[in-house]
Amino acid sequence: MTTVEASAGGGPVLGTRLRRREDGALLTGESRFVADLAVPGALHLALVRSPHALARIVDVDVSGALAMPGVVAAFSGADLRDEWAGPLPCGWPVTAEMKQPAHLPLAVERACYVGDAVAVVVATSEYAAHDAADAVTVTYEPLPAVVDLEQALTDEVVVHPELGTNVAYTWELAPDDAAVDAAFASAAHVVDARYVQQRLIPAAMEPRGVLVVPEPFGGSFTVYSATQIPHILRVMLALTAGVPETDLRVVAPAVGGGFGSKLNVYAEEVLALALARRLRRPVRWIEERTENAQATIQGRGQIQHVELAADAEGKVTAVRVRLTADMGAYLQLVTPGIPLLGAFLYSGVYDVPAYSFRCTSVFTTATPTDAYRGAGRPEATYAIERAMDTLARRVGVAPEEIRRRNFIGPDAFPYTSVAGLVYDSGNYAGALDRCLALAGYDALRAEQQRRRAAGGTRQLGIGISSYFEMCGLAPSRVLASLNYTAGGWEAASVRILPTGKVEVVTGTSPHGQGHETSWAMIVADRLGISPDDVDVIHSDTARAPYGLDTYGSRSLAVGGTAVAMATDRVVDKARRLAAHQLEVAEEDLELAGGVFAVRGSPDRTMALAAVAFEAFTAHDLPDGMEPNLEASCHFDPPNFTFPFGTHLAVVELDTDTGKVSLVAYHAVDDCGVQVNPMIVEGQVHGGVVQGAAQALWEEAAYDTEGNLLSATLMDYLVPSAAEVPSITTASTVTPSPTNVLGVKGVGEAGTIGAAPAVINAVVDALSPFGIEDIAMPASPQRVWRAIEDARRRGTHPTSTAATDDTTTQATSTKET
Amino acid sequence: MNITVTVNGETATHDVEPRLLLVHYLRDVVGLTGTNVGCDTSSCGACTVHVGGESVKSCTMLAVQADGADITTIEGLAQGDVLHPMQRAFRENHGLQCGFCTPGMVMAAVSLLEEHPHPTEAEVREGLEGNLCRCTGYHNIVKAVLAAADAGDSGAAATGSPGVAGRVPASAGAPS
Repeated sequence: MTTVEASAGGGPVLGTRLRRREDGALLTGESRFVADLAVPGALHLALVRSPHALARIVDVDVSGALAMPGVVAAFSGADLRDEWAGPLPCGWPVTAEMKQPAHLPLAVERACYVGDAVAVVVATSEYAAHDAADAVTVTYEPLPAVVDLEQALTDEVVVHPELGTNVAYTWELAPDDAAVDAAFASAAHVVDARYVQQRLIPAAMEPRGVLVVPEPFGGSFTVYSATQIPHILRVMLALTAGVPETDLRVVAPAVGGGFGSKLNVYAEEVLALALARRLRRPVRWIEERTENAQATIQGRGQIQHVELAADAEGKVTAVRVRLTADMGAYLQLVTPGIPLLGAFLYSGVYDVPAYSFRCTSVFTTATPTDAYRGAGRPEATYAIERAMDTLARRVGVAPEEIRRRNFIGPDAFPYTSVAGLVYDSGNYAGALDRCLALAGYDALRAEQQRRRAAGGTRQLGIGISSYFEMCGLAPSRVLASLNYTAGGWEAASVRILPTGKVEVVTGTSPHGQGHETSWAMIVADRLGISPDDVDVIHSDTARAPYGLDTYGSRSLAVGGTAVAMATDRVVDKARRLAAHQLEVAEEDLELAGGVFAVRGSPDRTMALAAVAFEAFTAHDLPDGMEPNLEASCHFDPPNFTFPFGTHLAVVELDTDTGKVSLVAYHAVDDCGVQVNPMIVEGQVHGGVVQGAAQALWEEAAYDTEGNLLSATLMDYLVPSAAEVPSITTASTVTPSPTNVLGVKGVGEAGTIGAAPAVINAVVDALSPFGIEDIAMPASPQRVWRAIEDARRRGTHPTSTAATDDTTTQATSTKET
Repeated sequence: MNITVTVNGETATHDVEPRLLLVHYLRDVVGLTGTNVGCDTSSCGACTVHVGGESVKSCTMLAVQADGADITTIEGLAQGDVLHPMQRAFRENHGLQCGFCTPGMVMAAVSLLEEHPHPTEAEVREGLEGNLCRCTGYHNIVKAVLAAADAGDSGAAATGSPGVAGRVPASAGAPS
């Protein structure tokens, strides 16, 4: 039984709001997440984690744990040192000189952040394992922590003494510094801003988990992991644990969200495999929420120094960025590359002639950072979109006007940016116009003026951001030039079975995105059959052996394209076979509704299913044709794709309490051709709320001792339904010329667009106070304090006109 | 301790540790894994079930406190292959993506409509405040709950639609 309510075979499928086939199992509780997999005899792991941000491990005594009921084994890092064939992997050594600390699944000599695992207990139940973990005695020699990025740069406290410095690497994209300097020397307007991208906790609703099952014969293992990357994980587990790749099958069962946090290779995955090997028993580990906050990667963590130079009309003449990026205590899978993913985006959707970017990345005694929804691109977009608003104030024009004066024109594509990207297609002014119309912009401004004139405490703020992003990661050659150690292709195979049913094998690994539905739509559309007749196989390296998995809004643009191209190859073969049996030329056959018909002789037909059966019997194939209808495609994209859009946020700001309420949100996104607009909108909704959450609520807050203060969902403010409004969405469609589907990707767009739109709205509401910036998250306390400071400065709040302070540079709101 | 609990209409007696949480009882003892655990602090609501008709975060309650209770979990909501109107509304309105919060969200939403059959959007948002979702931005969840409320008015809720029970994704079978 399937759950797809498809249109009748042959009807239009692409672009319809087909309900998801994934939903039935998820709605009834039948789906199996890792924690739901019951394996008789499985042992449970509990980890002992460092309570210190930096400490020498003096002694680990597991004897107390071993005496506890149900405990099978307990190990320190030193006990397991010989289990590892290699360290936990970092796949993106961005420079040859990059400094990389040793990183083992269990720390041996030093614990480098609160949550760093130092010992493991193995027991017959989860409760017994956790009880026993408390009985492990670890003696630490605590050392001073360093959490603040700028303090880390001083090397007063060095996280990894063997490296001699906290600087992991410096990296630059500075094609012509002299041109940048000249632009600033002759600028009529300059914006000089400092933005802090606070650390964020990805907080997928399903915590991580792993289950490793040794097969009864032959020494191989099946690894079930709550991961976005079963294929990459298989390679990395082989290298790290020293298990032959052929002895590893990795399965990502139902996975409860990732947002980048499950795009990694984690200590617990390697540990579970090593202990299953050592103990010859199934081993499982399920993460607790506080572990998820402390020991799953965090996102963002950057200090951005951004400067714009502009002429008298506000045309930007140069962008200069100096970035300090927080790596955390170790380099995880792609930690060092995240700032680079943003480096190419700081000129935004604007025609900027001169650009300079330099980045210094530093170690701190905090949880490692890595990819979190957007991964470098939200940070860059925030910087340029916030700075453009400040520039608008300098020039004395509206935020939409400063953007129009700088947009890359719709006729300029393909457009080679100053950062070296070739933007595939776009119509930035079109998206802006559409968004302003959607929001009823003029009426909003009128209401804002009315409230300002009335002088009440509930003021409106309106903020826009015109974003773009590069996704469809990625052309392998470009990745090579950035020192990324893997490619960016994606694989698919399509086979039409003897009964006419279609099996699609994809290398993408969905965890909420609905690939089963969308990929079936792509194939059904090309074959002219019902999506009900298409099964999609994924996320199991035994059944889908090739793939590079799901992240970076790549799945549709790369993986979906591979599916489409493999389908076309199957059709080509089927056409040859049908032409042979119908005794006509291939060109005379057209495929519609799942049937080949001879042009001009509509009664001479052969259904795809019949062709598939003929290919299966192989009784009458053209000379040289192999049996069966199957084709594969390994698609390496020629370029990134460049989705774009304009978002508009409306906030209500209480000037007495500092409370900001997000009261309306309008998003116009262009992700190219849409396979399923229902899914596209869902991605935008969720992305927008995550971006708005960075702007208003979320922060992985640390104290100076390196303790994570927001390690539970009571302290880390993931918004609920009560904090957010319904979201108005609309789209424009500018097909990408880089793939046969014309698609671009939409997984991160909402998050990229939202944070700057919301903060621009908050600052807009605060502008009568002369306030030009507010740090994220714009908590009531921060906003209230900013207003109080402004009142003390004497900037009068009740003036009816916007009293932009054009004499001062952007304030750098530095708070911790 | 021995407890006797009725879960989705089936009554059973089990000997449980006094400290066993209800959610672990349901998942590990009864074997109903549709109820998920998303946090340690009763913040996320993924574990919401109905105890005696009231929605309860099953991580806030000990199994022994449920002695004698009548419990409904997500597995008990559909009638055979016919989804509950709330499940259908979630599916129709794309109210789920990864689906991890969904069982708890659906149970909370069912309870909400039982208490407030005709909620406003604001009341739905307030009513679901204890259930976190990281994927949907809540937009389509709220839409689904409002649609289910409307369907309840029109009587469409009772009709059901056949053949909509889910299937376990190919990759998610029991481990070999």
